Amino acid sequence: MELTREEESALKGEQGEIMQMAYRILVATGEATDAERLVPIEWAHLSGVNYNTIGDAGEELLSSISKNARVKVKTTLNPMGFDIDNVSNYNLDENFISKQLSIKNSYETMGVNLSFSCIPYEIFDIPKEGTQVAFAESNAAIHANSYDHLKTNKESSFSALASAITGKSPYSSLRKEDSPNLTIRMKVDNPNELTYGMLGFFAGKVGDTSVNISGLGEMDRRQCKAMCGGMGTSGTCAKFLFGEGDADCEKVDFDKKEMQNVHDELNTAEKGDLITLGSPQLGLEEMSDLTIMLKGRSFKKRCMIFCPRTVKEQARKIGYANKLERAGCEILSDCCTCLTPLINKDEIDAVTTNSIKGAFYLKNSNGVDVNLKPLSQIIEDETS
Amino acid sequence: MKKILVQGKVEGIILKSETPINFLGTVDKKTGIISDKNHELFEKSIKNSVLVFPSGIGSSVGAYTIYSIKSNNSAPLAMICQKADLTVATGCALANIPLVIVSDEEFSSFHNGQKISLDTESENPILIIQ
Repeated sequence: MELTREEESALKGEQGEIMQMAYRILVATGEATDAERLVPIEWAHLSGVNYNTIGDAGEELLSSISKNARVKVKTTLNPMGFDIDNVSNYNLDENFISKQLSIKNSYETMGVNLSFSCIPYEIFDIPKEGTQVAFAESNAAIHANSYDHLKTNKESSFSALASAITGKSPYSSLRKEDSPNLTIRMKVDNPNELTYGMLGFFAGKVGDTSVNISGLGEMDRRQCKAMCGGMGTSGTCAKFLFGEGDADCEKVDFDKKEMQNVHDELNTAEKGDLITLGSPQLGLEEMSDLTIMLKGRSFKKRCMIFCPRTVKEQARKIGYANKLERAGCEILSDCCTCLTPLINKDEIDAVTTNSIKGAFYLKNSNGVDVNLKPLSQIIEDETS
Repeated sequence: MKKILVQGKVEGIILKSETPINFLGTVDKKTGIISDKNHELFEKSIKNSVLVFPSGIGSSVGAYTIYSIKSNNSAPLAMICQKADLTVATGCALANIPLVIVSDEEFSSFHNGQKISLDTESENPILIIQ
């Protein structure tokens, strides 16, 4: 990768240790993606916030670099481990809370917007078409490239952080016009959000950096987010294009058999002890939908709902939040199903969810069993 | 060999996986043990191995997992992949774990238990010792 004289000097350490670290990460990123130079970016979205995921090593690293590092561009942030408003209702130890608050402080010191959300595309204004950004959250990177007409790599926590600090990212293939060499043909009839989540998980496994997907039909927001979440979990794929693609593209079908394979991999229980909704977090539209679906009904077991803080506040003002709470929902902002420390296998055997992304991490990281169902089925089975 | 992403010189025993690895959630950040029941390395530790696998997949936060296992002395000595991905590339860059990308042919020539030496400065960077 070609660097300018100023970039070279930063890499040599002439602009301090932080810049040297950032440029080392950018150079590794550039070499990995065959980029020939760095380009400016306008928005970075960082992952690596939840103490449950980054641990002591991550907390110490952030604390140390926050002494000198400051972000150069608009920078937003993924969810953390809990909602400070109701953390006392959950059995979290003091050490977790203090380490999590230290992480929060480090990001704040660096000048990051403490959005604690994995759906930046839904709660912030989208810049003009073709804008270069650096999104680390995998579902957000895929959403940005596929629906929002932005350009990003499937950044890692470190590449996005390096981009936030320098305002630059390697000019990799995903930032240019690319044409996928694989087309997935969606063959399953009457898909719901769970079907799209499984399609995304399948596409992520078979696709490289981008894929074409044909036969998608009209998708609502819940379905789009489910697909981005599923795709981000299983592979390296960071973009999908709608349609058949070029004639010489290899074609792969996603039919009932392929869907069953994903289901069998992630669904390990017949029923759950509690329900989680929101991985990716729910937006206001989904909170509104859920309020309507729950009218006159209430959950027979615990149901945790995860959303961004701004969405919780709007939902409170409009009146959704009170109605959802009356229906038995626990509303949590600033955090997410994915890698939550609030679900513990000593207390919970299995969780019911409609999220493929949530299922993967609940199973592998939390160590609980998962019962997968679309939202409509969850409401039919679990409320009265 | 196709690419050197992080330089270094090590000698060690190959631990090979034919399936990609999602470092977040499936690799214990303290012990380096794989917790995914569906993964072929389930319950194996990647500590002090030369880890050979197709690529990293999934969460962007896996880069922190790689940094954490290094900080907890549970990291592989080096990693060898078929395909470059940003989670592994940047995790190894920050943790200073040598990382190279090899051709499909070279990838299939590596087997579990082989002792190899990796020296990114050498003319023949990867040598199978026994």
